Amino acid sequence: MSTRTRLLVFAAGALGLGAALILAMLRIPDFGNDFHPYRDATVAEALHRHSPNVVSSINFDQRGFDTLGEEAILVAAVVGAATLLRRTSQPRPPRPAIASSSRPPLLAATRLAGYILLPVTLLIGADVVVHGHLTPGGGFQGGVVLATGLHLLYVAGDYRALRRVRPLVWYETGEAVGMGAVLALGAAGLAAGTGFLSNFLPKGTSGHLFSAGTVALFSCAVGIAVGSGIVVLLAQFLDEYLGADEGAR
Amino acid sequence: MDGSASALPPLIVTAPIAGACVLLLLGRIAPRRLIDALALVTALATAILAGWLLAATGSGAVVTWAGGWHPGPRFAVGIVLVADRMGAAMVLLIAVLATTALLFGWRYFDTVRAHYPALLLLFTAGMAGYALTGDLFDMFVFFELMSVAAYALTGLEIEEPEAVQGGLNFAVVNSLGAYLCLFGIGLLYARTGQLGLPQLSLALSQRGPDALVFIAFGLIATGWLVKAAAVPFHFWLADAHAVAPTTVCVLFSGAMAPLGVYGVARVYWAVFDTVLPAAGVHRMMLVLAVCTALLGTVMCVLQRHIKRLLAYSTIAHIGLFLLGLAALTPEGVAASAVYLAGHAAVKGALFLMAGILLSRYRSLDEVRLYGRARQHRVVGAAFVLGGLMLSGIPLSGTGFGKSLLEESAHSVPLTVLVIAVSALTGAAVLRVGLRVFFGVGRPPEPAAEADETTGAHETPDADTPPGRIPVTMLAAVFALLSAGVLSGLPGRFGREVAAAAAQFCDRIGYRDRALSGAVPVQSAPDLTWTLHGTILGLVSAGAAVVLALLGIHHRNMLGDNNSRPAAVIAVRHGLHRLHSGHIGDYAAWLVFGCAAVIGLLWVG
Amino acid sequence: MSVFPYLVAAWVLLMGLFGVVRSRHLVHTVVCVSVTQSSTYVLLLAVGYQKKATAPIFGQADPPGSPVVDPVVQAMALTDIVVSATVSALLLALVIQVAKRHGTVVPDELHALRG
Repeated sequence: MSTRTRLLVFAAGALGLGAALILAMLRIPDFGNDFHPYRDATVAEALHRHSPNVVSSINFDQRGFDTLGEEAILVAAVVGAATLLRRTSQPRPPRPAIASSSRPPLLAATRLAGYILLPVTLLIGADVVVHGHLTPGGGFQGGVVLATGLHLLYVAGDYRALRRVRPLVWYETGEAVGMGAVLALGAAGLAAGTGFLSNFLPKGTSGHLFSAGTVALFSCAVGIAVGSGIVVLLAQFLDEYLGADEGAR
Repeated sequence: MDGSASALPPLIVTAPIAGACVLLLLGRIAPRRLIDALALVTALATAILAGWLLAATGSGAVVTWAGGWHPGPRFAVGIVLVADRMGAAMVLLIAVLATTALLFGWRYFDTVRAHYPALLLLFTAGMAGYALTGDLFDMFVFFELMSVAAYALTGLEIEEPEAVQGGLNFAVVNSLGAYLCLFGIGLLYARTGQLGLPQLSLALSQRGPDALVFIAFGLIATGWLVKAAAVPFHFWLADAHAVAPTTVCVLFSGAMAPLGVYGVARVYWAVFDTVLPAAGVHRMMLVLAVCTALLGTVMCVLQRHIKRLLAYSTIAHIGLFLLGLAALTPEGVAASAVYLAGHAAVKGALFLMAGILLSRYRSLDEVRLYGRARQHRVVGAAFVLGGLMLSGIPLSGTGFGKSLLEESAHSVPLTVLVIAVSALTGAAVLRVGLRVFFGVGRPPEPAAEADETTGAHETPDADTPPGRIPVTMLAAVFALLSAGVLSGLPGRFGREVAAAAAQFCDRIGYRDRALSGAVPVQSAPDLTWTLHGTILGLVSAGAAVVLALLGIHHRNMLGDNNSRPAAVIAVRHGLHRLHSGHIGDYAAWLVFGCAAVIGLLWVG
Repeated sequence: MSVFPYLVAAWVLLMGLFGVVRSRHLVHTVVCVSVTQSSTYVLLLAVGYQKKATAPIFGQADPPGSPVVDPVVQAMALTDIVVSATVSALLLALVIQVAKRHGTVVPDELHALRG
């Protein structure tokens, strides 16, 4: 189809879809209303289970099966991207090696900031993961912070150092272990007799580290899986463009 | 319900994921045979669990509240998995097809050895979760899981330009469909505050429907129909089937695309039945069904690329499954279910045979392969048998489904449509089979069209060694064809499907089972072959043979351009240009189709 | 206006779809798919909002019993955001391979699949 025809077809569809959406919006409950029955029920249940972070309680306890599915999507996406960017028997097209002298000079301030922020970020990431059931956070957010925190080494200009702390085997294992840990938690719930992925550990007192049962464990498992997965993902892309620079793996 | 049975649905969904994790852990260190064996064992275990689940559903359903979150007195917070008989049967189909797919290994490179079976297992888990869950957002999550794994599997042969383009087209279109669906889920949540299907059904029946509910259903149905490749969302399916590895195509045509139809049916009958006026839903499904069946048939007949031909015939049959749903009766649902099962078996066998051709002759072009496969008589006979089954010959699952469909349609024009679609698609397959395996007719002169993919030079899937056809592949082909025949024999199968369909269409029953464990009583009609159906089956099979021979001997079909009338050339040219492989075109039709679906649902 | 956030969500959805339709660069296409998904986040989060309510995390400042916004949509959105980042990465990996095999990232110049 020509560009004009394509835009005409789209315009016809967009007019119809837009009109339908506006019609729907006019009948939607007002923005800021207080009709949220699901919220009332989940908040009550979360408090009952001594989990002050209701979002984590939903993600890792009440609707844990969804989270299991989402984590599987993440694993599938990472494995898929790794498969699509795999090395084939065809040699990679040679990239002109960028000599160190021709790289633009990295500001010492950037380097310093990167090296100082690295341990701070990793610590914050770990905190977000471990305290997911108490304060805003959880496995997903913390995992992303951990993974991107590691790449501060790259921002600080040292791709070689990043590759030293990033032997891919660890992270591929971490991804599988994270996913497997969630499945093991689920099976443990089955074994405890309360159902797959149930929260069978004692709930403790609200606000303490060891409370809310399996929420914290689930959060940590997800954090490991997400963090490792994103490191593997970024590694595929970085190796695609920088690997030739540094020589074969 | 037996307590231990309620552990089955989550186990069926998580067993393949666990297998994938083990494969990823061992991927670098284990030898290839061990990886293949582990994957196969996992798939087999899932199939066994699925069979157990089907048996456990008995005359009811297995309801699992994930995490032990049983419904409270005023609200049900958790996610429910409802395995009714239709859902459990669907999961069994998925698991069996996945096991068949994993029988054939894949030549992979050392660093990503375990990735192909891991992706296949994750794909299976996604499909199983989608079929078993009773929560709308959970359906979306498992829909995404099966889609993501499918994108990677389609683009697996990264050295082929077509494969990566096909994978990208598939990925973009399906993602857009999924996000439209999520938009609809959000609208529905705004109105009802619920995400679970039983709870939504309760909430919606308390207030009448209004524009918001219509539009939400339209958006959700669009998302699932994109996966089902209904017209005008169908463009991605031919592209994806042309380039994906053969065993993956078996799963795509047999399980993944029909799951889109299953999803629309499930959401409609669990939530919207009697909430939305039936006239609008009937009209929407009828229009989509007829357009899909017609366009799929026409494109199928016009193809030279064998896998694209089979893909378009899948699209045509999806149109027929939607036609069964359009009747909005349990008989229609039963017809679609039987047809789906028979089609999965036959199409799987046909794709495996196409894979055999690809690996022997490095081509999938009907014209170039003319007469070259003469020494594979057995495969040729199986191919011809597959074509006849596709056309609806009696004593095949597809034929049984077709006769049930004609009976549930209660209308002469629709019966004629069904016969025409099955005869023409069967004829296309027969034409290919007779030409390639038996050299019937004159060698066609290849007039290479600039606007179609011919499949003339393809690289093989690299999973079959040169030389003799491996016994496992032949065994799988015949096993699938036998399953296709068995599902068409008169007897228990028809009765079971009728009972399952009656249960599927019972919205109140679904809700009560999930929320309170009540077990409603149901009666089901008996569905079996009738004389009328048998005669029509023979008619369409005969018509298919006649049309195939006509197609082979009549020069206008694939002969030189001069002898065809200008109108035919123009239409053919236009259709090929419409299916351009351009992602912008596909997206434009997606938006147009979404607006059309919502518009068709509208009732004054 | 009490429907404004919802209209924004609808607008972003249509803009994302428009971007995919008229895109001339495959990376732009993938980003537009991402934009389409973010419209669903806007919708979900707008649906969950309640006036004068705080975040659904209880502590010293917000003792149990204080009004909070809907945590369910937040839970849905947050897992989706992380996962969609990885799915976009998968799409970009496909784009990289298309660029390598076809030598172009302009959709108009991809002719491998037609008919």
